Amino acid sequence: MNLAEGVQIVSLVILGLMMIGTALGVVLLPKIVHSAFLLAGVFISIAGLYILLNADFVAAAQILVYVGAVNVLILFAIMLVNKQEDYVELPGRIIRKAATALVCFGLFALLGTMVLATPWSLDTVSVPVENTVVALGEHFFSDYLLPFELASVLLLMAMVGAIILARRDLIPESLVTDDTISTKLTLPERPREFATLSGDSDK
Amino acid sequence: MNSGIDLQGTFVQTLQDFGLPFGLAKAIWLPLPMLLMIIGATVGVLVVVWLERKISAAAQQRIGPEYAGPLGVLQPVADGIKLVFKEDVIPAKADPWLFTLGPVLVVIPVFLSYLIVPFGQNLVVTDLNVGIFIWISLSSIAPIGLLMSGYASNNKYALLGGLRAAAQSISYEIPLALSVLAIVMMSNSLSTIDIVEQQSGYGILGWNIWRQPVGFIIFWIAALAECERLPFDLPEAEEELVAGYQTEYAGMKFALFYLGSYVNLVLSALVFAVLYLGGWEFFIPLDRLADWIGVADTTPWLQVLTASLGIIMTLVKAYFLVFIAVLLRWTVPRVRIDQLLDLGWKFLLPISLANLLITAALKISFPVAFGG
Repeated sequence: MNLAEGVQIVSLVILGLMMIGTALGVVLLPKIVHSAFLLAGVFISIAGLYILLNADFVAAAQILVYVGAVNVLILFAIMLVNKQEDYVELPGRIIRKAATALVCFGLFALLGTMVLATPWSLDTVSVPVENTVVALGEHFFSDYLLPFELASVLLLMAMVGAIILARRDLIPESLVTDDTISTKLTLPERPREFATLSGDSDK
Repeated sequence: MNSGIDLQGTFVQTLQDFGLPFGLAKAIWLPLPMLLMIIGATVGVLVVVWLERKISAAAQQRIGPEYAGPLGVLQPVADGIKLVFKEDVIPAKADPWLFTLGPVLVVIPVFLSYLIVPFGQNLVVTDLNVGIFIWISLSSIAPIGLLMSGYASNNKYALLGGLRAAAQSISYEIPLALSVLAIVMMSNSLSTIDIVEQQSGYGILGWNIWRQPVGFIIFWIAALAECERLPFDLPEAEEELVAGYQTEYAGMKFALFYLGSYVNLVLSALVFAVLYLGGWEFFIPLDRLADWIGVADTTPWLQVLTASLGIIMTLVKAYFLVFIAVLLRWTVPRVRIDQLLDLGWKFLLPISLANLLITAALKISFPVAFGG
């Protein structure tokens, strides 16, 4: 075993422990903010595993997209909700927890048997890719062209939808009049301003 | 082409000549450049802090620090020692874990990004395929640390500051990445070494600043916003938010924020120098000059001269940019938060997209000048 292999095994163990630990923390911790911060830890350990698999571009993209965008948005959502509400213990909480544990353990056992039952064959023939960026680009524009284009159309649709939702003057008035009934989960929010009513107050 | 001085190869070879196995020699080499980079970054911060004090003093017709060392050069050291000895206060109702972890998460990615800053052909900690992309993705971790410290302080100003910092950093990351992407498209590579190589050969005329006149302005504005420097230092706008997410911090934890922001400034200046100002290249193409006066590429003294000139040139370019940033800080007023977000989303984003498209078109039409 040379230096590189030793470093790889040690990093694999550390990353694995980190990932399992943070993932358990995400599920088990009572405070949602702690869970959200630990989720970043899960994503970073996954990026580390990608680096161990020689997928450096995917690792950097994982950090950029999941830690830098998804997780920050989750945190924003948590921190902008300032509903003061006392924590009440639900009746029969223990049954729910037991059922969840049962389902999770069942899934874990299923996946575990799958991992043990599959005859894994190690690929010793193929050489690692020299430049992952070039290899990814070639795949995107040849055999994975359709999924790539579909994903970009999906993202475009999501973006257009978000812009429509954010621009309130585009939503017809008949749709927004009836949501003044405040439920327990309604956020304290500024009353809607319409372009016709507010004039140029946003200039 | 000859690749200049290969310190790693020589070092490992020397240790192997002493009878050490290759793995051990490599293991002894590995921490050296990393340590050197951390020390270099920290010393760079001390220089920037001193420069900031002196330049701000000059801008306001004061003298600035004078008693600590000649011309006050030891003033940042004195600041640092003061911060080390200050009491480390954690507010009573703060979340102690997140409060401690916040500044750490802000500082570590910035130092990690120094991995890809090249000072010469082989004078870089690691030449990654994804080079400049790793800088962009690492800089996206910092908002998490800012949100964490803003939330954990249990202070409304801190929370507002943290949210502002994260919003600002996310908005300006997109024009930043798009302007970097235009450069990457011209150099056909994400590696910082290749980006500098592509600008070499014609001296100052070959630098990307002439080919990306719009891109470099977008990059500079976005980089200043990412570093929270003064036209864009809204997260800590003292008239509105006391000190933003740093309000409750004292002692070493505050020092980490302080260090992180200045390291980030130097790093942005270095990356700017690499992307747009030809990195370690001199104003005139040195290898052609050497050819012309008849000195071979492999002459030892020429290689040492080129390497040291490369380090000096990178630092000179970076510190020139730092000087501009400091001067901007003390002469330009702060923008409002809505102006900041308007500028980012409604102005810089469309312009940088257009810049990317025009670069692509020029690359296809004039492959000679724009790296075909």
